[in-house]
Amino acid sequence: MRKILIVGATSVIAEATARIWAQRGDHLFIVARNKQRLDAIADDLRVRGCSNVNAYIMDANDFDAHVPMLDAAEKALNGLDTVLIAHGTLSDQPACQQSVDLTMKEFTTNALSTIALLTHIANRFEQQKKGTIAVISSVAGDRGRQSNYVYGSAKAMVTAFTSGLRQRLYQSGVSVVTIKPGFVDTPMTASFKKGLLWASAGSVAKAIDNAMRKQQGIVYAPSFWCIIMLIIKGIPEFLFKRIKL
Amino acid sequence: MPKEIFTSWGRVLKLEHEVVALSNRFDELPKISQGSSTFLPYGNGRSYGDSCLNAGGTILKTAALDRFIAFDPETGILRCESGVLLSEILRLIVPQGWFLPVTPGTRFVTVGGAIANDVHGKNHHVSGTFGRHVRQLELLRSDSQRLICAATEHPDYFAATIGGLGLTGLVTWAEIQLRRIGNPWIDAETIRFESLDEFFSLCEESDWDYEYTVSWVDCAGKGKRLGRGLFMRGNHAPADSMPANYSQKTRTFPFTPPVSLINSITLKAFNSAYYHKQISRELRHTQHYEPFFYPLDGMLEWNRMYGPKGFFQYQCIVPSQNGEEVIAELLGEIAASGMGSFLAVLKICGDAASPGMLSFPMKGVSLALDFPNRGEKLEHLFKRLDHIVRSAGGRLYPAKDGRMPGDLFRSGFPRWQEFTNYIDPDFSSSFWRRVMEEV
Repeated sequence: MRKILIVGATSVIAEATARIWAQRGDHLFIVARNKQRLDAIADDLRVRGCSNVNAYIMDANDFDAHVPMLDAAEKALNGLDTVLIAHGTLSDQPACQQSVDLTMKEFTTNALSTIALLTHIANRFEQQKKGTIAVISSVAGDRGRQSNYVYGSAKAMVTAFTSGLRQRLYQSGVSVVTIKPGFVDTPMTASFKKGLLWASAGSVAKAIDNAMRKQQGIVYAPSFWCIIMLIIKGIPEFLFKRIKL
Repeated sequence: MPKEIFTSWGRVLKLEHEVVALSNRFDELPKISQGSSTFLPYGNGRSYGDSCLNAGGTILKTAALDRFIAFDPETGILRCESGVLLSEILRLIVPQGWFLPVTPGTRFVTVGGAIANDVHGKNHHVSGTFGRHVRQLELLRSDSQRLICAATEHPDYFAATIGGLGLTGLVTWAEIQLRRIGNPWIDAETIRFESLDEFFSLCEESDWDYEYTVSWVDCAGKGKRLGRGLFMRGNHAPADSMPANYSQKTRTFPFTPPVSLINSITLKAFNSAYYHKQISRELRHTQHYEPFFYPLDGMLEWNRMYGPKGFFQYQCIVPSQNGEEVIAELLGEIAASGMGSFLAVLKICGDAASPGMLSFPMKGVSLALDFPNRGEKLEHLFKRLDHIVRSAGGRLYPAKDGRMPGDLFRSGFPRWQEFTNYIDPDFSSSFWRRVMEEV
């Protein structure tokens, strides 16, 4: 029975993962901004068998709220051994290009807030010498592309940060999992036309749960994205710059 | 709005629709300017014809309305969002000693779909339709009104929405009364019968003692073999039963063959083999509920076997007086045509009143058959069957239908005019436009 904190619990991927855990009997502390949707998720998890689920309202961009939230989580679950960070927004690339403010806000949401949270969590887990921290990054972070490089570079920041964190915390027996989903069919991508490469939130959730149990480092979800990104990353820059990706 | 191709279980129509994927029960419906488009909710697409399609319009995908809201394991009252599949409900409730009060032949339908078609099952003669066990539901209309509908609250909207084919608005959540069971096993019996006469006698003798009854009938049987088949009856096993062996195995029909695998030759061969599948006339066995209630769910996408042209299902119900003669006439026409499928089901429906204005079951006997899509030739057969059904005062099931003429729909469902008062002005479906065309 694990004691799990989920930040960004109203994300469809996070909700699907929470269901796997609820059915397994884990205890959950779920955090999001929207009370109505979060309470609905908590009710669903309770019906599915979670005997201890706590809903907590917090905006990830409110850095001052991080420590009180972590304290509340540890109190409610009597300790903490697992964290999933799943909040984020899909940046509107053209709009960001016209606005420094919007671009900075996107970086705060998709990178800096995650880094702030991880700073606190890393110290707590390092001290207790056990735990699993999972962070949802993205394949978009593997290489900046013209269609979404604001989002992509934020995720690149998260990927690099968690890579270093993984190395540091390995010495304390704490595992850090960086999850890189490809195209996932969720409300975030509602306006995109779906095709063969698209995965369901449920399948990504299974990949996350698997990777966390096996304490893997970097996980592409679904796994075929590993090959796709290997190819994308392998394209030499003088060619890559000419492509409209 | 993104576009997507939607199809129904018959795979005859594959139509492009604009899509709005709803994410939870609090979502508002998007605003559309008057007349520019209409909505239709879409659950899991298990309707066979065009009742779940809205050509040229917008589909409201409810797949993500898949949350449970509350479940009381003492009273068996379950509340959940309308996109929850019956299969998910079973996974939750069976280990806790509860079961669906009514279930159709597949568990891969949503609660919303079960309500919109007021589905029925093998226990209709005891428990009536699904709608009878819905305590209340929330209906979201295009003018943003949310109506809580129950027998005592907006009862007219309740009666219109049950069996209302998604036309009265979006059902966001529903509350159902489940029924108690002791274990997941069914004490089942399969009896071979040689004629329709024997079928009706078996019904009479079984309907009192058996909660679940249904028959497979050989639709290719002619003359002496007309109306031969296998009668299945069962009850939930008593609480102290020994468990049977069961491991759930689902396979998927791997691809769509270039032509239908069902044709007049394979049909006769299969039907003969199936009719004789058990050596003894009566066979008793204890089964897990899954193969008893959902024999076809074990093969996902079995509908592919009918090939790229897809198939139609013809499901009719005729009143009990003269029921035997009418069924014999229908089976005779079908056998003479050489068309049909090994999926042919005969069931007696009871007199439990159906709560919906457009509910399909009535006290009588229902016959349901699949037909590979053979275009004009098939439509000629259907017209002859329509004539028999209409003369007998019967009707066809909208959930399965893709072609019934408007006048047959209107004669079969006399409350259709009353129903039109409750249709949401921004909701429509291909089925509805088709059956209302000449009005």
